[in-house]
Amino acid sequence: MGTRLGKQTLRLDSHPVIQAWASIAGAKEGNGPLGRYFDEVIQDEYFGEKSFEKAESKLLRETLAKILMKGKVSAGDIQYIFAGDLLNQCIAASYGIRESEIPFFGLYGACSTMGEALILGSLMVEGGFAERTVCITSSHFCSAEKQFRFPLEFGNQRPPMSQWTVTGSGGVLVGNTGDGPKIVHVTTGKIVDMGVTDANDMGAAMAPAACDTITAHFTETGLAYDYYDIVITGDLGIHGKNICKQLLEENGILIQGILEDCGTMIYDTEAQKTYCGGSGCACSAIVLAGYLLDKLSKKELKRILLVCTGALHSPSSIQQGESIPAIAHAVGIEMIS
Amino acid sequence: MEFIRAFIVGGLICVIGQILIDLTKLTPARIMVIFVVAGVVLGILGIYPALVEWGGAGATVPIIGFGNVLAKGVIEDVEKRGLLGAFSGGVRAGSVGIAAAVFFGYIMALISKPKAKNKN
Repeated sequence: MGTRLGKQTLRLDSHPVIQAWASIAGAKEGNGPLGRYFDEVIQDEYFGEKSFEKAESKLLRETLAKILMKGKVSAGDIQYIFAGDLLNQCIAASYGIRESEIPFFGLYGACSTMGEALILGSLMVEGGFAERTVCITSSHFCSAEKQFRFPLEFGNQRPPMSQWTVTGSGGVLVGNTGDGPKIVHVTTGKIVDMGVTDANDMGAAMAPAACDTITAHFTETGLAYDYYDIVITGDLGIHGKNICKQLLEENGILIQGILEDCGTMIYDTEAQKTYCGGSGCACSAIVLAGYLLDKLSKKELKRILLVCTGALHSPSSIQQGESIPAIAHAVGIEMIS
Repeated sequence: MEFIRAFIVGGLICVIGQILIDLTKLTPARIMVIFVVAGVVLGILGIYPALVEWGGAGATVPIIGFGNVLAKGVIEDVEKRGLLGAFSGGVRAGSVGIAAAVFFGYIMALISKPKAKNKN
């Protein structure tokens, strides 16, 4: 059973394996630099459904089906599913897996949900409570706009620091056998709130949380700063990524190797007019389940630290003048022969 | 010539809006409210009617113009009906605009389906 290395970090000594992964992305993501890594790209944002919320739960349902197919298992072989999304009451997740009959933990970590799901799913396997778990999230630009800002019909103008919510769903199958990428260290985030109140600049709100978790990870594991080929945050965006880099340097965490961000990788900012980059639960989920796991399985990347970042505010809390509390969950994934 | 004047007035109003979006943390909704209230104030002071004279549709089409209409309506109705006019004037003067907005908005909602722009 795993080893506690500190207040936030655990080492998973049995090395739970990511046995399968799948992702479905929207048209904009398909046209982006990582387009060819996704299992499927949908052109219609309604995905054949009558509403954006139904489209999002269908995205999640279809992605789950793909994960099971690629893992050559059925729903009955999964002991737990960890899933969440951005919608009120997380309906994309609940309605998406409604028929699956898999024991279900619904999660809300905003855009950090993939990291939260991965940590919990891998801990279940590490603890011997499950042979296989599925960790999956989704987000959808149109439903997120309705949820957090305005419905599309309003024709709202997007301010310059805003990010584009990724449309898509991504997930993984975690198990206790196999040769795939292995989950070695997990660092659970704690809430960090530096008083940022601008809901249009979430990169600035989340960067301190990312820095806090990355600092805890390296301090508690004692790993060298160049241990990972890539330390990749979820959706800090261009602006937030720079702030995070600065904060890490001030903390003395001088990450050699690459500090990247899923939000800045998923779109071509210039060509696709996405201002500060991508955001949403699916941002880190499809970059992980599309691009990163592909690179790991081909050994083009050997060790990555995925740091999913989330802003834990709501439209009401912003209207009440509250600042934005943020959280970041880190998962160290390695190809170990 | 009147087209050019309309363009200058309407365009400058839009530039002010754009500057507020780009350089301040004001949400678009707040900017619209500021514009309407500004229209009311400029209407009472007689400044906006002069702008309408000169700039035509460039001044009446932006939402500041609506504030001006509200102000005008209230002033007229108060002269005619006293205190009651403070309540009736704005809606009366803006009645065509308001009814048109509701009606055409409803029609558009029936015949169109929302989609994300910048899909590429």
